[in-house]
Amino acid sequence: MIDTGWLWLVIIALGAGSFLLRFVFLGLIGDRPLPPWILRHLRYTAVAVLPGLVAPMVVFPPATGGVPDPARLIAAGVTLAVGLWLKNAIGAILSGAATLYILLYLLG
Amino acid sequence: MTTETTKSIFFKGVRDAAPFLLVVGPFAVLFGVVATQAGLDAIEALGFSVAVIAGAAQLTALQLMLDQAPTLIVLASALAVNLRMAMYSASLTPYLGQAPLWKRALVSYFLVDQSYGCSILAYELHPHWTLRQRLAYFWGTVAPICPFWFILTVVGAKLGGSIPDWLALDFAVPITFLAIIAPMLRTRAHVAAALVSVGMALLLAWLPYNLGLLVAGMCGMITGAEIERRLVIKGAWQP
Repeated sequence: MIDTGWLWLVIIALGAGSFLLRFVFLGLIGDRPLPPWILRHLRYTAVAVLPGLVAPMVVFPPATGGVPDPARLIAAGVTLAVGLWLKNAIGAILSGAATLYILLYLLG
Repeated sequence: MTTETTKSIFFKGVRDAAPFLLVVGPFAVLFGVVATQAGLDAIEALGFSVAVIAGAAQLTALQLMLDQAPTLIVLASALAVNLRMAMYSASLTPYLGQAPLWKRALVSYFLVDQSYGCSILAYELHPHWTLRQRLAYFWGTVAPICPFWFILTVVGAKLGGSIPDWLALDFAVPITFLAIIAPMLRTRAHVAAALVSVGMALLLAWLPYNLGLLVAGMCGMITGAEIERRLVIKGAWQP
């Protein structure tokens, strides 16, 4: 379980940090231009961090004690494929969830 | 377009951002549910959503706290997920940089994927808008998104305990993230950044405190930036 004092410390620090990231250029830097190499790296943060966060959850799911699970692997694949194909997050989530439930039902 | 009033521009923002509620809404409910299952009450879940307003970072922090990672690792990983907000901030500065400081601070607080995405597109399409009209549009995009982010977090937290096991909710988080990632993979540089990140994260999954994620994220960023740089030099870059 998460300790309450610790939780609020993280909430407040994360809130402050997130605000500073949003405010840093708009509020503090103003109209001065940024070095292109910084912008180039910032462009790839989301696409570099989120897949690394998801990959272990997909391959070593905690629900099966970290053992790779065919239903979850296939559901993840379908979600990604539909997302790439339709460029639509809702469609991807619904197809992934449907795949997962059907496979969990079939594979017991 | 001489008929545009500040009010009509506000409602244009509302209309443009409203469809994103279909993605944001379920994500907020999911965060509330996951937070309750991690032992948070509704007030704590809402506190998270109000302080941070960024689902991916909130879920990252929660996941790492459940793994009992040290505070610095929790903050560094969740803030790394939010680094893109700094890019949003930089890219809106030419359009909103003239506003008074308190307004820029308020815009910063509400700067989320959807308000940014709609606004930057509208500002590029309507270069004649005054600062007042640009701000009106921005508030229009915030209105159908952010209040629901708060409300639906609480709804999820109230539902939390009553979700049955067979719903396999453990997998809702990865599925939601995958659905968010897929449309981001627009260029070869983005795909390479994601692949490097996945490979490194799996190879380094044994490291304590999810340190593997920080290393994987940094390697992915450097990969994406480097490929973009080389494609630009070759003249083959198509953003």
